[in-house]
Amino acid sequence: MKLKEFKLTERKRKGSPFTGLWTVVLKEMADHMGGIRMRLLVGLILLTALGSIYSSARAIRDAVGEDPFIILRLFTTSTDPLPSFVSFMGFLIPLAAITLGFDSINSEYNKRTLSRVLSQPIYRDALLLGKFLAALFTLTITLLSLWLIVIGVGLLLLGIPPSGEEVLRSLVFLVATLAYSGIWLIVAMLFSVIFRQPATSALASFAVWLLFAVFWSIITGLIAGLFGAGGEAGRSAAELTISRISPNTLYGEITLALLNPETRALGLVFFSQLQGALLGSPLPFLLSLLLILPHFTGLLAAVILFFALTYVIFQRQEIRA
Amino acid sequence: MNTNNNTVIKTENLTKCYNETPVVNNLNLSVYRGEVFGILGPNGSGKTTTILMFLGLTEPSGGKVNIVGFDPLREPLEVKRRVGYMPDSVGFYDDITARANLRYTARLAGIETEETEKRTNDLLTQLELIDVADKKVGTFSRGMRQRLGLAEVLLKQPEVAILDEPTTGLDPEAAQEFLRLIRGLKGKGITILLSSHLLHQVQAICDRVGLFSHGRMVLEGTVEELSSKVIGGAYDLSVEASGNDLEEQIRKIPGVVEVELYGENEFHIEAKEDVREKVAAEIVRAGGKLLSLNMKRHSLDDIYARYFEEERDEAQRVQANREKA
Ligand SMILES: Nc1ncnc2c1ncn2[C@@H]1O[C@H](COP(=O)(O)OP(=O)(O)OP(=O)(O)O)[C@@H](O)[C@H]1O
Ligand SMILES: [Mg+2]
Repeated sequence: MKLKEFKLTERKRKGSPFTGLWTVVLKEMADHMGGIRMRLLVGLILLTALGSIYSSARAIRDAVGEDPFIILRLFTTSTDPLPSFVSFMGFLIPLAAITLGFDSINSEYNKRTLSRVLSQPIYRDALLLGKFLAALFTLTITLLSLWLIVIGVGLLLLGIPPSGEEVLRSLVFLVATLAYSGIWLIVAMLFSVIFRQPATSALASFAVWLLFAVFWSIITGLIAGLFGAGGEAGRSAAELTISRISPNTLYGEITLALLNPETRALGLVFFSQLQGALLGSPLPFLLSLLLILPHFTGLLAAVILFFALTYVIFQRQEIRA
Repeated sequence: MNTNNNTVIKTENLTKCYNETPVVNNLNLSVYRGEVFGILGPNGSGKTTTILMFLGLTEPSGGKVNIVGFDPLREPLEVKRRVGYMPDSVGFYDDITARANLRYTARLAGIETEETEKRTNDLLTQLELIDVADKKVGTFSRGMRQRLGLAEVLLKQPEVAILDEPTTGLDPEAAQEFLRLIRGLKGKGITILLSSHLLHQVQAICDRVGLFSHGRMVLEGTVEELSSKVIGGAYDLSVEASGNDLEEQIRKIPGVVEVELYGENEFHIEAKEDVREKVAAEIVRAGGKLLSLNMKRHSLDDIYARYFEEERDEAQRVQANREKA
């Protein structure tokens, strides 16, 4: 029975899976942009961003002229009691992504619009991908405006424009932030496919986020402790590997490598790696990119994996409410 | 599958199982171009499941469907371009206007913008929704939503319109009005398949009906055909007469199938042919007094009730036999 069903789904179907994709994207984006939810989020993000950028600008003003990466410091400097801009983002971006995704599919069930929409000439692929892209584009617009604000504040308060490398580094950071938000978005969408109640899927998404944001370091330590045999070095290596399962770790390391050009290696640093290196001298942009390539690939792979999982589950669901 | 030009929907041994239990069981059904076909059956008899399989929204466990010349499993997009579907509980995006809802559907269906505006205005006028076209659907009553649902179906100018229980939740007058609209579509050459358990309504607008029970189509045909199949005698007389031994006398009349006596002098007569004259003559001949004589045609309600009564009796007999054994 199960096997037979599978065979049927595998049967070749005709027509592009992307028929109607852009219609869905446009409709969903209009919903996000016009929705009260997004306005609240943008307000929250703008407020915190401005606050943290303003206070870090005041703190680093004296270093203008000495530090070649002064604009990047705007992103990373934390001033007691405010965390830095990037730590705020690490917290607010998952929040935004989950908010945009947790009711994307189940709300269509609950409004009884799903069967009506799917009786139009589109595949479920287009609906799912369309909703994902729409949320991602919405986040892109938000992030781009944030980026412009940071650069603008830099100009106003510090009086200098960003250098070419600073622009490059911060833009790549933007792309990485998008990939990071993509994970939380697709996790929220996965739960929106699994759970019929939006409250349940929101809760489940936040539980996963909490697990990685707060408890993962504890869990990492516990699990690594089980591999005591490898000695101190083995234990640290295990700890690092496990901690890198968390998107938060990956994103944190990407941030570090991109926005702190002095970062020469991520995770465990062996003495041999530092030989010949001038401590404190910045790494060229391309080498920094190389450093984060595995992390970036990891984030992307996770997004694709979760998307595939969501797709398969959605595909097998009965559409009737 | 061989379909001639006049068959718009054809199924061959169509089967759907949930957890090994067949919900639609070896269904063989043909719907012809331009007709109004009604699917009848009690709750859970598989009407909605059948409809979903027609549109490729649920995968059959076995058998074949051909609708407007396509296999909905392999070419769902082609099918959905030509077939309009109104689900049994139609829902819209409440926070946008009726017009915006229709516009979204039209874009998904690939209708050009200009054409959409024109069709939308025509349809909303025709369905008397034009005054509320720019109101949010959240404020709509059930009847308005239902009409908007019909507008959406018609927007893509379908060859076939499939309506799942289109009149549930409507008050009698609105239901009547809605059925009139549906019947009007027939004039435009649209084939209509609708499911319902409101029998008198189905009877009023359907050319042919299929009676579903436990996933099988147990009866199919025009209401008259069904009537003679299930009830045998297609005539039902109600007679008021006083006299002695009338019941015996009437029973002897050729053509009479069954006579029942209610109270003192009211008879219900079931007959294979029109026996009004003979009954009247017999009563007079027997020295009785004929007070009234009425004949009624069988409605679908009678057929339905009778069919499921017989089915229940049959089931009870089987049960009893099993207990005996
Ligand atoms: N996803 C599902 N899993 C298991 N059983 C299901 C599922 N969907 C429907 N069924 C069963 O299939 C049977 C037929 O359901 P269907 O909705 O087709 O009936 P229906 O004739 O449309 O009934 P109604 O008049 O109430 O709308 C029911 O017994 C129902 O319990
Ligand atoms: Mg139903």
